[in-house]
Amino acid sequence: MSGPSQYVPKNALARWLEARLPIIGFTYDSFVAYPTPKNLNYWWTFGAILSFMLIAQILTGVVLAMHYTGHTSMAFNSVEHIMRDVNWGWMIRYLHANGASMFFLAVYIHMARGLYYGSYKAPREVLWILGVVIFLLMMATAFMGYVLPWGQMSFWGATVITNLFSAIPLVGDAITIWLWGGYSVDNPTLNRFFSLHYLLPFMIAAVVALHVWALHVVGQNNPAGVDIKDVEKDSVPFTPHATMKDMVGVAVFFILFAWFAFFVPNYLGHSDNYIEANPLVTPAHIVPEWYFLPFYAILRAIPSKLGGVIFMFASIAILVVLPWLDTSRVRSAVYRPIYKIFFWLFIVTVIGLGYLGSQPPEGGAVIAARILTAWYFIHFIVVMPLLGLFEKTKPVPASINDAVLAKNGGERVAAAAPAQ
Amino acid sequence: MATTIATAEPTRRDMLFIATGAVAAVGAAATVWPFIAQMNPDASTLALSSTEVDISAIAEGQIVTVKWRGKPVFIRHRTKKEIQEAEAVALDKLPDPQPDSARVKKPEWLVVIGVCTHLGCIPLGKQGAFDGWFCPCHGSDYDLSGRIRSGPAPRNLEVPEYAFLSDTKIKIG
Ligand code: HEM
Ligand code: FES
Repeated sequence: MSGPSQYVPKNALARWLEARLPIIGFTYDSFVAYPTPKNLNYWWTFGAILSFMLIAQILTGVVLAMHYTGHTSMAFNSVEHIMRDVNWGWMIRYLHANGASMFFLAVYIHMARGLYYGSYKAPREVLWILGVVIFLLMMATAFMGYVLPWGQMSFWGATVITNLFSAIPLVGDAITIWLWGGYSVDNPTLNRFFSLHYLLPFMIAAVVALHVWALHVVGQNNPAGVDIKDVEKDSVPFTPHATMKDMVGVAVFFILFAWFAFFVPNYLGHSDNYIEANPLVTPAHIVPEWYFLPFYAILRAIPSKLGGVIFMFASIAILVVLPWLDTSRVRSAVYRPIYKIFFWLFIVTVIGLGYLGSQPPEGGAVIAARILTAWYFIHFIVVMPLLGLFEKTKPVPASINDAVLAKNGGERVAAAAPAQ
Repeated sequence: MATTIATAEPTRRDMLFIATGAVAAVGAAATVWPFIAQMNPDASTLALSSTEVDISAIAEGQIVTVKWRGKPVFIRHRTKKEIQEAEAVALDKLPDPQPDSARVKKPEWLVVIGVCTHLGCIPLGKQGAFDGWFCPCHGSDYDLSGRIRSGPAPRNLEVPEYAFLSDTKIKIG
């Protein structure tokens, strides 16, 4: 927040520190006094859930790295050693492996929330783009992490994905050899992936800081999609209101996380990854982790190597320009009846692509994947610009307070007011 | 106090700015280069880059896989019929046109890198519609000369650098 801090140091030491490094005041203004729209629903707790997931991944990851060996001759066995010999090693590894899945589940919900309520629209474009950067870094981190246990899926997943770069005209092969540090995925590749897998989460943490900074400059969006106009009427202080609500969201989400980690720890994984990597035998059916399946389906839907790679990367890059493709003046889907339908159609498209990505690329599955891939792009390039021009939107409330009153019945709230 | 007068003429200071900037850019590039180049294959990887194979035990019709530079290499002892079939294919039927003669040193021996040119899986021998290789990953079909015939792979299976040291021995790499 801009302007002088609302924080008043209560003792001499705090006063002394505040005059030299106003860190307590900064934290107070950002996470205690910060005005939060009073109409936020539980979809807004996913930011906090994601922050906790990042901490959980770093914590479990640093512990795993204490017992893991990044060499092709020992990596697979060192993961089994973590599972069998290291005290609590099985738990830490299952938390880390399932934590990656939970992290993606949360980020997809968080992104869908943004799409539904128009959170990418002005003035939140930079905030949104920083989110896309975080998403890309997460994908790189999870991809490299999955290579570390050096199972069959680790090896062949790494082979297929690094070979994507060989589709680049002229320099493709040179780039691929450079990425590998050899002529195939091998020890140099495993080693550098371990190094980068350790580094990238901290880069994610840094971009998250920028993301939150941008958020605190423009303020949070909310279900009504109108900005805070009157701090007294439209907002509540972040603490205790948002803090408590976030903690409820985090607790419920961690129950789901714990259920996966303790009851079905291998459900989201692939059994072939418990077979040590063998560079001379390709598994019959290579599939990436579930969170990459929609993009994998797009890659395979295009009948050309370079084309597939271009469309796959474009499917993420297009999110960057979404703020300018959406021409509507109304932010929230609550007041956009037609967009609401297209939004759900888009969600079904992505889930459908995910399902097709898990199927062998034969017959009907290929055709269906092509249709859904086409729709994925049409949604952004055709539907978003046109809807803004032709859609008849519902009246948008004048303020957050009006939206809340309209929803909860004006009289009841009005009657309660004098008692305050 | 002297006042600066904006002139269109380049001054001695402009020249100094450009020269300093140019030196800084060269310096930055020279510093960055080792950090990029360290990721390329190192001396020990390059040192492993040739293999000798005794082919006397490979029967007619048999395919043997050997490892070279961490990748499989298929050595296929082709039968008369297979050779004829590979030579008879019209070039205009091929996505990546290459006559069989350009892909072998001796017609009986086909030596190719066993890595699908699509995304790097290992194709399965004597399978698929052309009796050559079939890649299970995304369905590319290769013929008896290791040439791509259908599927997403853009190029023929690569022929590595190799030489016959004698009638029964080849050196790959
Ligand atoms: C953004 C956060 C992170 C994500 C999404 C992530 C993801 C993953 C994934 C998917 C695996 C493979 C799990 C398996 O199937 O066994 C993995 C393994 C591993 N990760 Fe991470 N990771 C993250 C952060 C970290 C950090 C910060 C470290 C170390 C400081 C780390 C160290 C490791 C190690 C040593 C392994 C290999 C052991 C194993 O396979 O269980 N990770 N990671
Ligand atoms: S890797 Fe062989 S068809 Fe894709």
